[in-house]
Order: sequence, then structure tokens, then C-alpha cells
Amino acid sequence: MDFQIALFLVQDGATNGAIYAMLALALVLVFSVTRVIFIPQGEFVAYGALTLASLQSGQIPGTLWLLVVVSTIAVLAELWRCWRNGLPIGLHGFGWLVGYPLILALLLWYLPLASLPAFVQVLVALAVVVPLGPLMYRLVYQPIAEASVLILLIVSVAIHVVLVGLGLLFFGAEGLRTAPFTDASFEMGPLLINGQQVWVILVSIGLIVGLWRFFSRTLYGKALRATAMNRTGARLMGFSPVFAGKLTFLLAAFIGTLSGVLIAPITTIYYDTGFLIGLKGFVAAIVGGLISFPIAAAGAVLVGLLESFASFYASAYKEVIVFTLIIPVLLWRSLTSHHIEEE
Amino acid sequence: MSPRFSAVHLLVVFVVIVAAAPLLLSSFYVTLLNYIGLYALVSLGLVLLTGVGGLTSFGQAAFVGLGAYTTAALTGATVLPNWLAWMGGSPWLGLVAGLLLTLVVAVILGSLTLRLSGHYLPLGTIAWGISLYFLFGTMDTLGGHTGLTGIPPITIFGWVLDEGGEIFYLIWLFLFAGMLTTRNLLDSREGRAIRALNGGMVMAEAMGVNTARSRMVIFVIAALHAAASGWLYAHMQRFVNPTPFGLQVGIEYLFMAVVGGAGQVWGALVGASVITILKEWLQDLLPLVLGAIGNFEVIFFGLLMVLILHRAREGLWPHLTRLAPQRATARPIATTAEPLQRQVPPPAGEVILEARNVTRKFGGLVANDNMSLDVRAGEILALIGPNGAGKSTMFNQISGVDTPTSGEVLFRGKSIAGHASREIARLGMSRTFQHARLLPTMTVLDNVAIGAHLRGRSGVLPSAWRMDRAEEDRLMAEAARQIERVGLADQMFNEAGNLALGQQRILEIARSLASDPCLLLLDEPAAGLRWGEKQALAELLCKLRGEGMAILLVEHDMDFVMGLVDRIVVMDFGRKIAEGLPDEVQRHPAVLEAYLGDVE
Amino acid sequence: MNSQVGPILEVRDLSVAYGKVEALGSVSICVGKGQIVTVIGPNGAGKTTLLSALIGLLGSRGEVYFDSHLEKTPDVERMVANGMVLVPEKRELFGGMSVQDNLQLGAFHRYRRGERHLQRAMDEVYDIFPRLKERRRQLAATLSGGERQMLAVGRALMAGPKLLMLDEPSLGLAPMITREIFCIIGRLRESGVSILLVEQNARAALAVADYGYVLETGEVAMQGEASQLRDDPRVIETYLGLGKKHQDRLAAC
Repeated sequence: MDFQIALFLVQDGATNGAIYAMLALALVLVFSVTRVIFIPQGEFVAYGALTLASLQSGQIPGTLWLLVVVSTIAVLAELWRCWRNGLPIGLHGFGWLVGYPLILALLLWYLPLASLPAFVQVLVALAVVVPLGPLMYRLVYQPIAEASVLILLIVSVAIHVVLVGLGLLFFGAEGLRTAPFTDASFEMGPLLINGQQVWVILVSIGLIVGLWRFFSRTLYGKALRATAMNRTGARLMGFSPVFAGKLTFLLAAFIGTLSGVLIAPITTIYYDTGFLIGLKGFVAAIVGGLISFPIAAAGAVLVGLLESFASFYASAYKEVIVFTLIIPVLLWRSLTSHHIEEE
Repeated sequence: MSPRFSAVHLLVVFVVIVAAAPLLLSSFYVTLLNYIGLYALVSLGLVLLTGVGGLTSFGQAAFVGLGAYTTAALTGATVLPNWLAWMGGSPWLGLVAGLLLTLVVAVILGSLTLRLSGHYLPLGTIAWGISLYFLFGTMDTLGGHTGLTGIPPITIFGWVLDEGGEIFYLIWLFLFAGMLTTRNLLDSREGRAIRALNGGMVMAEAMGVNTARSRMVIFVIAALHAAASGWLYAHMQRFVNPTPFGLQVGIEYLFMAVVGGAGQVWGALVGASVITILKEWLQDLLPLVLGAIGNFEVIFFGLLMVLILHRAREGLWPHLTRLAPQRATARPIATTAEPLQRQVPPPAGEVILEARNVTRKFGGLVANDNMSLDVRAGEILALIGPNGAGKSTMFNQISGVDTPTSGEVLFRGKSIAGHASREIARLGMSRTFQHARLLPTMTVLDNVAIGAHLRGRSGVLPSAWRMDRAEEDRLMAEAARQIERVGLADQMFNEAGNLALGQQRILEIARSLASDPCLLLLDEPAAGLRWGEKQALAELLCKLRGEGMAILLVEHDMDFVMGLVDRIVVMDFGRKIAEGLPDEVQRHPAVLEAYLGDVE
Repeated sequence: MNSQVGPILEVRDLSVAYGKVEALGSVSICVGKGQIVTVIGPNGAGKTTLLSALIGLLGSRGEVYFDSHLEKTPDVERMVANGMVLVPEKRELFGGMSVQDNLQLGAFHRYRRGERHLQRAMDEVYDIFPRLKERRRQLAATLSGGERQMLAVGRALMAGPKLLMLDEPSLGLAPMITREIFCIIGRLRESGVSILLVEQNARAALAVADYGYVLETGEVAMQGEASQLRDDPRVIETYLGLGKKHQDRLAAC
């Protein structure tokens, strides 16, 4: 391997690593606030990419219908809850659950989707897919918020399976690729840098800085951190774990969808691609013990580099290598962390 | 009709129906039943691993693949290298080789991943599940994604099982044998240790159970069940490819166990049947309704799974048993069984326990600061002090739950600081916990029997095949004796979780006594007891002291302490501030200041 | 009835069960506006369970009237928003955050309601606990035991509570600091906060309180004016026992 190939591999690995870093941050966030191991994170990546691809081809994406159906169920669940607890039934609490999907559906129906500017298409894709996050929390995790991590994990796996099945139904088995945000490319010495890759890295750095400011400067961000540190303490301050859960899932869905939108022009995305991408974010998150943001981000870049070099040396065994890496990492983590039994 | 009779009756009817099935059903349904049997065998392993032991695995399909690929490679059309040629051709050698290979792989993976606590384990299983699957698909010797063909049928004494209706009997024989041995295993000394894994590990270790070994045992058993299923599958299909051994299928196996009722032996069969039949039915039906091609059944299963975990976490089987006649009543206690051997008690007055200058620091916080105390045979020593003074920490240093930063703990002259709590239990020290740690869904009798774990010997295989009954009778008789001794005889077959909090503490004392200790550590035994119960407890402790037992107790109820104990050690801020007879301690100025709050 | 002004909290027949085990059976208590009421009793009697049920951390049956509203099933967020605050036995501080952040979060529900000027509330807390001001940038996890308790109480005060519930505030604290805490409890009453105090330090608690309840195995065994309970021979024998008058000094400011 000469220097140029190595540079190329580093560049490729760093781009993927940036994506894995964003996903790892979302996974760490979701786990530390809600104790949910968010396996369906990868599906948000795929849904984001494929929704954007549908929009670009002028079709109404299937995810819109999913949003409509899921919000309808959420409305019914809220009505049921009000009725059960004898609360007055009014729209104040969940008016947006009814209004938002309706307005969005009307918009998509009338807008000339394929001819919209690229950044509007991206916004629409985010608008369709991201709300699925808090809705998922409301319907799937909120009723069992007190369950053990294992039960929450099994539920996560079940939801992953459902979303992959729906992905096949909505987008078909064909892989899709979207138009890049930019066709620009630069030459830096021997290296040809693709504009989209710059986008990926810049956006992920921006996102990480933004999240850091959110968590250190705003009271809501602090409250989320407080929930992660001490759930009971946060509840006693009047910070509802339900609200924390929805907010966390909103952030995670946003990060996942955004990652999907970003990589769609450089990778062909299939309905089930998200899972493997998500799992690699996982490997990184686990390197950080599902708790530490900076270590998780560093782990993500490591995973990206490992993957790109593995695909050069032994492409058939790429996945085997990446996923086998997790076992020594897990072992190291469990040996260094204090052994406390979870009752 | 007695309830016991009808349960057995149902079982016989069921076996007869199964045996007659291939004769009556079309080959389509026989194949369906074959699949149910194969899947049930795998989820049976998960019942033990996940449902009972609380260890979730998404990677069982990889073990199925290991069993299938081993026999396929040995008996199929591939040309074996010379050093392996002698193994070729015979499916039975393939079974042995598959089980051995799985055993080795499971032990390696287990020793790597079973150390992982909590949720890291299932994540680990996802990782190696994926790795093994990609390995099957990429290794050229295993045929890549097209797989291996030319696998011969199984032959038993010249009878060739090449029809679905023939291998059917072998599959269901394996399944029934698996169900029988699993049921037996759970109802035994080893089984109680396994049932304690889910939420009772600290307690089980304190009772002398090697929980790491128990975890490995169920992990390996589950893997072997899966490998056996893979072997049967390979010789039924006569070819293998990687698809049925991927993570997706591993997830489905877990679904089966959870849907059926992950803690129940029969749940495996129910779950496998429901999922397999539904899948068959949905694959036909849903495309008709939805008018497209897709994996609709997985969407349905995923949602079903979420619904079950929301609404009926224990799965379907418990609901089914409610419809059927009551299960058989508990086994009677063999009161005539020969009592278990007892250790020779140390002579009264001998120093049993000696803590010398024990210090324990947590970061900057000194929880125990240069603590020394000793307890003699035939003596009750109380450790008192304000909440947060470090009494429970001291308990943990002595009982091996924690390790002192510096200092020494001698038990009958042997240094035990830093030893695992189960090794200390073996030496004759037994403890109760401040917040009762028991297994709420097991009976009082089973809970107490865990205490006698170290006084039995029977391992996994004798338990699975019911060769442990004589010893089991003796263990149960001992447990029953201790329950009567502490006055819980009328609660013997109740679930421990139904006892009042005070009674749960008493149960813990019975469990400790069942281990035949010479030193009892009691953490707040009188908390939550009513006056009369406290009197009874004091009487029991007096009696034990009379028999030469050494007792160390932490207690806040001064009435209880002052009237009962021989000596008192008072702690505050991790230090010993006074020691002596109850009367002396009550007048000690430092005690008055710390415990009662004098600031002058 | 132990109140002259009308109660801030009235509890009727409250029961709590852990699974099938009853931890609290039909407890009725009452806290008058501006009063300090204490609940004493041995470990395991259900004192912490009572407070957890009142604020909604634990499910319960019975009637809880808080500020004249009936709460059939107390819900933590609603109770906090209505002005009930709990300082739990374990303090439950946010160890990885600064003292100042901890205090800010104490006022979370006020911030959420739109109150943006919380500096004055923070200054008031710093007035009561000057030590917290000195350490406002320090991480909560690095505080000493006494400072942690001060932070826990200060954080609770940031919520502007109508009823402050304290669970074993003297737990694990040196006598000097315990006395400081009890002095502050006495001063808080003067500022109009009602207090429900759970203590193992029975003598000190009864010295500062107006009214007391004795909880035993999940039931109210005795109740009465604090001064009467202090002299009741049964209480002296069981809970004050050895103390003679030593604990009185803790509450003497």
C-alpha cells in the first residue's frame, strides 16, 4: 500500500467515523437518559436517506403514511388515558398530534416534490421522519419505562425488526442513492476531496458542538443530563421522565435522520442498511461504556478507520473484523468497570 | 379425579397425539411439526438461559449453524482433508463432533462474554452472532452463500430416516428428552442455583453458589440444545446455507421463548408452535390482504412481541395453565431422610472472628477507619451506631462482599480479607442482608434450601437424570427443619415474596442456618418485626448461642440489643468509639455524644 | 385536628404495598400551614415509604389533600408544580454538576412556567447557606456530607415550596452540623414554609416540631403535640431511651 492509498483510506474512514460518532452520541444519550439500548437508531438513518430519495424522485414517501398512522394511534392512546383517569378530554395536550401530520400530508400532496431545492427536500425529509422518534417513545417505551434494561432491549430489537419490515414495504428491495449536496471537489496535494465528505464532517462537528452547548448552557439540557445522572433526583425537581424520554428520542431521531440524509449521496442505502451502520455506531458507543461522550466519539473514528482499512486488506471479512472487535472491547469494559449486580 | 392424575393424564394424551401425528397428517403438516420441534429445542435452551437465568442471547442461531455446518462438512459432498477422513460419512459422528465443537466455542465465547454484566451480554451475542454468520457465508470450504449439499440421512440400526415422517420421531424424541432433563434440572440443587442467577447473585454467592459456573452451565446447555437442533436440521434438509443461521433468526428464537413464556419448559414448545404456525399462515395471508411482496410476518411478530412485553410479560404458557386443571402439589418432605452431616462446632469461648485494623476507603471517603473487633463461639456481639456510621460496610468487609483497603480479617484463624464470599461461606460463616435478598417467586422451602447448597454434591448430569433424589430429600428435610425452627412452618410452601417484611428477615435467618454455620452475621434482624416476633427472635438467638453459635448483629432497636447481647461495639464515622458490656456502653460519654447527639 | 389555620396537607387512610406485602396500612396524618410536623419511628417502620407515596414516587391508595386539592394518585411532576418538595434520605444530588447548576435545576418547574428571574431565589439560598456560595463552582460530588445536605435543602428551597418534606436530614452528619440543620429548619418555619420532618433523631425532631406522629410497622402507633410526646413515658422508653436530655441540645438554637 502506498501513501496515497493510505490517505484515501483515512479520508474514507474519517467520513464514516464522523457518521458513527453522531450515532454513538445519540445512543449514549438515549441510554443514559432512558436506559433504552436504541437498536432502531439505524432505521432512522435508512428512513432518512430513503425518504429523501423518494422525495427526489417525486414520490410521497411511505414514511409519511407511517407518521399518520402512528400519530393516530398516539391520539387514541391519549384519549384512552384521559378517559381511564377521568381527565377532561381536550385538544390542548395533543393538538399537534392531530394537526401536524395532517398539515404535512397536505403539503406533500400539493408540493412539486422533485423540483424543490435540495435543502428544502432535506428539511421535508427531516420533518417526516424525525417526529417518529418521540412518537415511538410515547407508544413503545413510555408504558414500560420502569422495566429492566433487558426487557427494553428486547423491545428495541422487536421494533428494529418491525421498522426493517416496513422499510421493505415502503421503499422496496432496491438500493437508492440521492443527489449530492454539492458537486464540488478539491485537490489537496495528492488527495481528491469530495465535497459531500466535507459536508459530512462539517455537519457532524457542528452537531457535536451544538449538542455540547445545549447540555452545558441551557436549563433543559442540564435537566436531561441531570436525569441521566440521577433519575429520582430529576423527578423530584419536577422534570418529568416522560418529557425527558420524548426529548431524547426527538434528538436521537434527528441525529439518525440527519446522518442518513448526509450519507445518502455517498453510499447506496437499502431498506436494511441502517442496522449495520447503527451497530457500528454501537461498537463506538460501547467503547465509551454507553456513558462517555468523548470516548464514544473517539471510538467511532477508530471504528471508521478500522473498517476502511479492513475493507482494503480483507474485504470479505470486513464485517467479521469490525464485529469481532467488539468482544475484546466489551471484555475490557466489564473488567475495568465496577461489578455491581443489577437487581 | 385428583388434580395430580389429570396433569399426568394430559401429558400422556399429548404424547400419544404427537406419536400418531405423522400417520394421520399430510406431509405438509408433518414438515411443519418437524420445524416446530427443531425450533422448540432451541428455544428450550433459551428458556433456561434467558427465562430462568436472566441472560439474554440473540445469537443462538449461530450455534444452530455450528451444529449444522459441522455435520454437513463431515458427511456431505465435500472432500475431507486426510486427517479428518476417518470422521466422514457417519451422521452420528457428525453429531458428536458438532456438540464437541459447540462446547468448545461456547466455553470460549462464554468465558469472554459471560463476564459482561447486564446489557453488555446481549450486545455481545449480537456481535458474535453476526460474526459467525458472516463467517459461514464467506468461508470457501463451507460453500459460501450457496452452502453445502449432499448430506446423507440419519440411519438408526439400518433404518434410514429419509422421510419427514421418520425423522419426525427423532426430532420429537430429542425435544422431549430436552424438556424432561431441563425440568428435572430446574427442580434440583443446581437448579436452585440457576434460578438464583436472575436477581439473586449477591445472595447466592453468599450462600456458596459459584454463580460464574452456573452461568456457564446454562450457556453451554443452551448452545448444545441449539447445536443438536442444527444437526437434525441439516440431516432433514440434506443441505445447508447461511440464511437460517443469521441474526434475524436468532432474534426469532428469542421471540419464541418470550412469547411462550420464557421461564417455563412448556413455554418453549408453545412459543415455537405459535410463531411457526402464525408465520406459515401470515406468509400466505398478508400478501393477499396487502397486495405486495414483503416481510410482513416480521412486522406482525415484532408488534406482537412489543404487545406481549407490554401486557403479559410472563408469556402465554401461564395463561394456558390457568385453563387446565391445577398442577400437581409439591413433593412431600421426606422427614425420615438421614440428616445431613454437621461440622464439628468450635468449643465455646474460642475466638471465631477477628477483624484487625480494617480500613475501607471509597475515593476520599473513609467508610471504615482502623476498625477492630472479635467474636467468640457462644457469644452475641452487637455492632451499633448511627445510620451511615459504616456498620454495613464493615459487614461487607467481613463477609467478603467487599475487600478492605487495608487491615486483616481472620475467620477461625484463617485470613479471609479479599476472598470471595462463597469461599468464606464454605468456611462456616453465613449472613443475612439488611434489605432481605430472596427469590420472591420461589417457595420459602426452596429459598431456604439454597442455604444448604454447599452441603450437597449433585452436579448437573445427575440432576438432569434424577439420580440426585436421595441427597435432594436430605437437603429438603434440612431446609424444612430450619424453617420449623424459626417458626415459619405454616408458610413453608408459600411464595417468599408473599411474606411480610419481618418474616422475610426471619426466612433469611433460616436460610443461613441451613448452611450449618458457626458464625451468623445478622444485619438488622429485628427491623420491621412486631413486639411478639422480636421476643421470639430473641429466644431463638439465645438458643443458638447456647448451642455454641457465634453471632454478630447490627441493630437499631436498643431494647432488643441491650436485653440480648453479651458485648457491644459502637461505631461512628467509620471508627470504633466504644466497646464493652451493655451497661458500660450505655454510660460511655463518647456513645452518649455520638449516638445521642451531645455537642457540649 | 392539630391545626389552627387549616391544613396544607391532609392524608386519610394511605396504604402502600410492595407487591403483595403491605408496607404502610391506613396512615392518616395532617400538617397545618406554617407548622413543623415530625414522623418518628424505628428503621423499617415505613417513614420513607410514607414520604415517597405522598409525592408520588410510589403508588398508593387513599386520599391526599394537598393545599385543599384532592390527589387520588399523586404524581411527582404535579405535586412539585403545586409546591410540595421532598429532600430524600439519599439526597439524590446531581454529582457531576456544579453546586450552582444543582440549585438552578431546583427551580426547574418555575423556569418552565416562565419565571426567568431566579437569581433572587438563588441569593436567598446563598444567604441561608453561605457555604454553598463559596463552593458554587464545585462539583456536588466533591462536597462534604454536611454541605451535601445543605445543597439538598437549598435545591429544594429553590422550588419555592409550600410544604418541604425532609427525610432524615441528620443522617450521617456530625452533631455540630446536625444542630446547624435543625436551626435552619426552625428558621424556615418563620419564613412561612410548612415542614414534614422524618427523623431517627427523635428527641431533636420533637424539640423543633409542633406536632408528632410515631410510626411502627406501617401504622401510626401514637400522635400528639410534640411537647407531650417528648414527655410520654412510652416514647421515652422506646425512642428517646438512653438519651436523657442530650438530644435536646441539637435543637436548641
